[in-house]
Parts: sequence; C-alpha cells; structure tokens
Amino acid sequence: MLRKIRIFFATLFLVGITILFLDFTGVTHAWLGWMAKVQLLPAILSMNVAVITFLLLLTLIFGRLYCSIICPLGIFQDIWAWSGRKVKKNRYKYSPAKNYLRYTLLALFIIAMIAGIGQVIALLAPYSTYGRMVNNLFSPLYNVINNVLAYGAERAESYAFYTTDVWIKSIFSLLLSVATFAILAVLAWRNGRTYCNTICPVGSLLGFVARFSLLRPTINTDKCNGCRRCERNCKASCIDIDSHTIDYSRCVACMDCIDNCRQGAITYKMRRHKNRVVEDVKTDTQRRDFLTVSALIATTPLVNAQGKVDGGLAIIEEKKIPTRTTRIVPPGAMSIRNYEQHCIACQLCVSACPNGVLRPSQQLATLLQPEASYERGYCRPECVKCSQVCPTGAIKPITTEDKSAIQVGHAVWIKENCVTLTDGVACDNCARHCPSAAIQMISSDSNNPQAPLIPAIDTERCIGCGACENLCPARPFSAIYVEGHLNHRTI
Amino acid sequence: MKKDKLQHNIDRRKFLQTIGAGAIVSTALMGCKERKRVKITPEGIYKEDVPSGQMTYRRTPTSGDSVSLLGYGCMRWPTYPDGEKKGELDQETINSLVDYALEHGINYFDTSPAYCKGESERATGIALKRHPRNQYYIATKLSNFSPDTWSREASLAMYHKSFRELQVDYIDYLLLHGVGMGGMQALHGRYLDNGVLDFLLQERQAGRIRHLGFSYHGDVEVFDYLLSHHDRYKWDFVQIQLNYVDWLHAKEVNTRNTNAEYLYGELQKRGIPAVIMEPLLGGRLASHTQHLMARLKENRPTASIASWAFRFAGTPEGVLTVLSGMTYMEHLQDNIRTFSPLEPCSNEELELLEKTAQDMLRYPSISCTGCQYCMPCPYGIDIPGIFRHYNKCINEGNVPSGLQDENYEKARRAFLVGYDRSVPRLRQANHCIGCNQCSHHCPQGINIPQQMQRIDRFVEDLKQGREI
Repeated sequence: MLRKIRIFFATLFLVGITILFLDFTGVTHAWLGWMAKVQLLPAILSMNVAVITFLLLLTLIFGRLYCSIICPLGIFQDIWAWSGRKVKKNRYKYSPAKNYLRYTLLALFIIAMIAGIGQVIALLAPYSTYGRMVNNLFSPLYNVINNVLAYGAERAESYAFYTTDVWIKSIFSLLLSVATFAILAVLAWRNGRTYCNTICPVGSLLGFVARFSLLRPTINTDKCNGCRRCERNCKASCIDIDSHTIDYSRCVACMDCIDNCRQGAITYKMRRHKNRVVEDVKTDTQRRDFLTVSALIATTPLVNAQGKVDGGLAIIEEKKIPTRTTRIVPPGAMSIRNYEQHCIACQLCVSACPNGVLRPSQQLATLLQPEASYERGYCRPECVKCSQVCPTGAIKPITTEDKSAIQVGHAVWIKENCVTLTDGVACDNCARHCPSAAIQMISSDSNNPQAPLIPAIDTERCIGCGACENLCPARPFSAIYVEGHLNHRTI
Repeated sequence: MKKDKLQHNIDRRKFLQTIGAGAIVSTALMGCKERKRVKITPEGIYKEDVPSGQMTYRRTPTSGDSVSLLGYGCMRWPTYPDGEKKGELDQETINSLVDYALEHGINYFDTSPAYCKGESERATGIALKRHPRNQYYIATKLSNFSPDTWSREASLAMYHKSFRELQVDYIDYLLLHGVGMGGMQALHGRYLDNGVLDFLLQERQAGRIRHLGFSYHGDVEVFDYLLSHHDRYKWDFVQIQLNYVDWLHAKEVNTRNTNAEYLYGELQKRGIPAVIMEPLLGGRLASHTQHLMARLKENRPTASIASWAFRFAGTPEGVLTVLSGMTYMEHLQDNIRTFSPLEPCSNEELELLEKTAQDMLRYPSISCTGCQYCMPCPYGIDIPGIFRHYNKCINEGNVPSGLQDENYEKARRAFLVGYDRSVPRLRQANHCIGCNQCSHHCPQGINIPQQMQRIDRFVEDLKQGREI
C-alpha cells in the first residue's frame, strides 16, 4: 500500500514536471510551475525558506521521500531500475556506503556553490540534469508530434494547434544530454540508485538528514527468516540482512522492501528510542561569486529551419550570431552576477521562451546557463514567461510594465552593414519597431538633404530587447545588434 | 423546496405563454406587412412588389413643396455599353427610369451642367418634358468650376443654358455647386466678387429660381461663412454629404471633410432643410465584408445592404431628400421599397450602423488581386501572401474589433496562428523596411509599405493584447 502511494505521487510529479518542460505554449506553467519551485536546489538558490523548511521536515519525518517522489531524475531512474528488475529478478545486493566519495562530492559541490563555479552545479544538480534531458531529447519529439497535429489542424481549418520551430539550441547541451541519458539508464538498469547514493549532492545532503528521520523501514528480527528478498531487491543497496540493519542515509523510502517481505518482517514505523534532537543541518545558501573566465568554444552554426522557397520569393540568408562582448541575460536577472549565482541551467526558461531567444550558453565559463540572442526572434514586450517559470530566482518575477523599463543591454549600429548605405534604399525598420522609441532616423550627411537616413540610438532609452537586431534586413550579420550589460538598470 | 419548484414551473409556463403570444402577434404583424409586398407567384417565384403611392414626403419650409424623400441623382444615367453609340446616354432607358420613378412617387431630380460629360441636363430634360411640369421638381447647379467660367458673363451663360437644356422656364432648386472646394478663394472668385450670387438672389426674387441653396464639399470655412450670412442669403436648402460613416468619421475617410453631424446640426439650428448626397459613400456602403454584412442581415434578413444606408440618411427629420444616382432599374426598385414608406432607424439600429462604420474604417480590406507584379521583394517579403491572409481574416470576421469583443480571443488566435501558417515568419510584414521598390509595380495603386506597416501595427496590437 505504501509503495502504491509512493508510485502514485512519483508518477504525478514526473508527469507534471515533464509537461512543464515540454509545454511551449505556457498554458501549464500556472498550474505546474510549483513543481519546479519545490525542487531543493532551486529552493536553496532562490532562498525559498518555506520550501527548504518543508523539505527538511519531510526528510526528518519520512526519510528521503523527496528522492522517491519529488526528484524527477530519481523517478526517471526508478523506471529504468524497475525495467531492469523485470528482466532479471533479485539483481541487487548490499554494498557498503561509499561515504568518502559521496561526501567529497557534496563538499566539492558546496564549494562550487560558494565559489560560483556554475558548470559544476549545472552538471551535478539532479533537477537540471532532468530538465536538460527533456529539453534536448523529449521536447523535439513532442514538438514534431505537435507539428504533425498542426498540419492536420491546418487542413481541417482548425486553430487548435500551431506549428512550433524545432531547432538545436546548443549542440553541446544535446550531446551532454544524450550521454547523461545513456549513463543514467545503464546505471539504474544494473544497480538501481547508484547515482543518487554516490554522486548526487542533493541525495548526499538529504541522506545526511535522513539518518535522523522519525519514520523508517524497520526489520523485525523475530519475524525475519533471512531470505534476503528485501536485500536483493533494494535499489539503494542499503539493506544488510547479515546485520539486520538498513542504511537510512541511502534508503529512499521507496517501500519496495515492505511489499517484498513475505514474512511481514519489515514495517515503516517510528524509530524506537528518541535520539538527541537533530540539529538543523546548516545549508549553505551563500551566493556564488562571479567568475570571469572567458574561454570560447567555437559557436556552432544553427541548423537551417527555413522552409521551402518559391520562385517568386527572394532567398533569405540565415542570420549569424554576433560575438557579443557581454552576454545578454533575460530581464529580471538583475545582473550577470546575480544570474550566474542562481542559475542551475535547468533549461525551464529555454522551454518556456516562445520567441526562440533563450538557448544554453556554449561558453565554458557559463556552460549551459541560458542566454539571449536575437537571430530567431526578439524579447517581445508582452512576454515575461522566463521570469515566471524560473525556480531559482536567477530570473526574478517581473511584470510587462517592469520589463518595458529594464535595460538588459543596448543597441550598437554597424555602419558597414546598414542597407541604407550598402543597398542605397530607404529603411527605418529598426526605428519603427523599437518599443522604447530609442532609435530615430537622422540624415547621414547634414549638408545634403537628400542623403539617406540612418538610425541614431539613444542608449539611455534602449532596453536591449533586440527588436532592431532581429528585424534588421542586413544579413547574415545585422547592422544593429545588442550588447549585454553586466548590471541591468531600470530606466 | 417542493413549493419552490412548483412556483418555478408555473413561472416557466407563464413565461412560455407570454413568449408564445408575442410570437403570434409578431407573426401576424409580419404577415400583414408581407402580404402587401411579397407574393409567391403560381410559378413558385418569389416576387416583391414595388409599392406605389406610399413614398415618404418631406416639406420644404420656405415654399411648402412636398418633396419625395428619395431623390433621383442624374449623374449616373445609363449609357450604351457598345455599338456605334457606345458611351452615349441611352435616352430610351433614361425615359423608362424617369417614368417608373414618377409613377412610384419620386418627384425630385437633381442634375448639373457638368454631369455625364455635360449631357445630363439635356437627357433629364427630354425625359421629364414628357410629363406635366407640376409633377416634379428640378434641381440643377451653377457648376462654374473652371476658372475660365468664373467671369460673370460665363457664369450667367451657364445658368441660362441650363434652362434651354432642361426645357424649362423656371428652376425649382438651384445650387451653387461644390462650394468649399478651393476654399474661400474659389468662393469669392466664382460667386461673390463677380456678383453672380447677387444675380441669383434677384432671379429667386423674380421667381425663375424657386429655391436657392448650395452644395458643399471640402473646406468647412466656406460652409460656415455662407451660413453665417444666412440672414442675407436666406438659403432655402443646403446639400451635404451624409451617411453613417461621414456622420462621425468624415476625417478618417478624407481629411478635408467635416463630420455630417456638425453640418446637419448647423443647418438645423437655422431651420434649413438638408439635401443628402453620397448616402452610400460612393458605393462603399452598398456592400460590406462578410461579417459586417452578416450582422446587418441578421437584423433584417431580406433588406439590402444599401437600404441601411438610405434609411440612415432619411432618418433625420431635417432631411428633405436623399439623392441616389440610380443607373439600374433594380437599384431604383430597391430604393423605392426602402422609402415607401421610410422606416426610420431605431436607436439600436443607429448604434449598429455606427459600429459598422467603425469596423469598416478600422479594417479596410486591401484591393490586392494577387497579380504578383510587385514580387519578388528584394527583402523577401511575401507581399500578396500577407494581403491575402489579412483580407481573408477580414472577410471571415477573424479580426477582433476590441478587447471587449466577445470573440476577441478566438479571432486573435485565428489571425495570428493563420498568419504564421500562410506566411513564413521571415516573410511577414514586420520585415518590410519601407524601401518602396514595389509600389510603382502595383496596378491597383496600393501603397504597399504603408499597408504593410498598418498590418504590422495590427499584428503587434494583437500580440501585445493592446486595445486596437
């Protein structure tokens, strides 16, 4: 029964979070957004005291239930472990805890958090790992199915589905996700929760707390006949029948052993004698510091997603990403520093971005952390989706009114690319589309009234939304592009 | 509880009875009305009678003339479509139209020396001469537009020629033609400085002009000037442009124009009757986009779209007659039905027409025929594709008229999703840079960049959920 309840909640969370990452329409965020916000690392980074307290209490009472029903990566592994046990029964056996490895990694992780080594956090955080897998592997599939439905809907004159772009946002992120998927699937298939009990920093942290949990599976030595069914089916490998002990730092409270024991010797019950009151584990919420390493990984050209071109239509060259001195992070991030301190690269904002603006960083220093670029679209004034979904406080919630005054960067004009001079045609597309009216057209030659008009940018009014860059007719490089700001300003 | 339910049932029964009774009454009323007008012939053909003897008349205050509310505009007389007389006025058809009009109660015929390449007065005169002079009123104008005719002699020659062409010895209604065009300068040149207006006042005194008025287009200063001297000129009537678009939105159609509400109000203040021209706004109110049309048809399923415009123009009590240039018998018949008798617009109907005017002006469809002459756009815009989608949405009513519109969400989605489907994003209107290399190729004379920007603004409004 307890196991069934666990499976029910686990399914709920896994499906919910997966939908959250798959949904590109933003409809479900209002309903399911909390599922991302109750994840431990995002809660710690966003200083969400209520959630942290709740999760610690949950663990203190029930053990590592979090790992079984809330963590999507844990549930994901459970699916593979379950499949593995279908193929070969009784495949596990007790192994002693690899405490040295676990706590070293936890310590490293905490150091990384304090030092602000984003790559380590992004790579190890379980929720981010799962988010990336959905974003890179499942999402394209989901979108393709959606597009097939949209194709049908179009023919049926229905507007229920609309086509969405399927594009590779970052080749590195994709390869990493493929690797993670394969490694985790194999590990889980063979040995169950190996990753959770040796590598995962959240698992180690909660494991430490769970040692003192109030409720726990307990072996009744009077009833136990030593058949080892429980031990051989414990995916956490934490039941030692020889000594009739369970390592509660590794037990994820999956309740499988209770169901497996034919003697009814294992029960989930209160610990017998009250030990000393557990002192609250000091969770280090200190912010990470800013790290400035700017090694460059060659930017990967984007895959061409442009449709067929008819005879009557001019060919449109693909836009290329300009090399920005400072990267652009979404409004609500406050500053690059705040953003990098909080972002765990879960890619939820990338999933939510309807304008094709956000994609994982390709740079080593900021590996996988989403950043903005405007070749496919621009940061539209009516959209604040990324700020609404971000669970870690890397992008703080803002309103569209806030957004209209947040300067995330400023536009820079490149004379050599501007079509008014290169093609000799009139063009004011940047000025006309600037939502903050920061661009005006001025004469390129004050002595000649016939001279072509060129854009002049008021960098104080520019908010860096990229409308000008995106809608600039110059290709492959726009004649006007946005340079990011280290600190976002309200203008 | 039980009692409540019982009560509820009784209420419902009562309600149904009331509704039923209402339905019977309204059916009976409809039956009466229909019996007069509509019959199904033994051959099974739907035939709507054109009533005679039921025309609505209004009185000219200064003379007591009883003028039919539907006036015949003689600027669109039929011509021969081909043959050796191609382009000439078809007198035979004109005669039959005039006969039919008189027979059905129309007694006001409005012509000018300028109409139909200058042939209208003669043709109108020939057709009317076949009837007793006291059965109709003739309105003609002093159309001395060209500066060569501004001299007193040339103007008087034009005036006298009208008598000969129309074969009459008095003119019922004479108008200074199109004052306001050319502003005060033209008014001085044409009528004031050369003493022509004083001459016409004398002619009225002499009885050769029974009523003197002016028709007004353009500069409102001239209109105000002439009315401010009403004490001196004693205008018997004034002709203005009035329809449900020009009533409140004249400037949106043509920046030179003035709202009919103002013009009519000024006339009312002085008790001057208004003769209405352009009740159909140059034919634009005779047909609408699908959803505007559907809305009007839902209110009056068998009434023509044009009839709404005529009823609107005829509704104000100070309107003497509403002019319609009827080239075809079918138009004449439809208009006679509308005015025999006129059923004035109710307040709800006036509101509906105002809404129609707003929607019409907000979303004028684009006259693109898809000829592709403008293509390829060097910046990759799919010009005909964008226009096609926009027109399609207007026609299907998938253009919300405001945030309060009940189908706003549905229409917004249909427009935006459909836009991405019909035109790839990179080829949409927001990528038009306004280089204007396309417009001179367009045989329809569409200002393509301007239209692109208008559609782009509309799309932005939809995307941002702004009031449109």
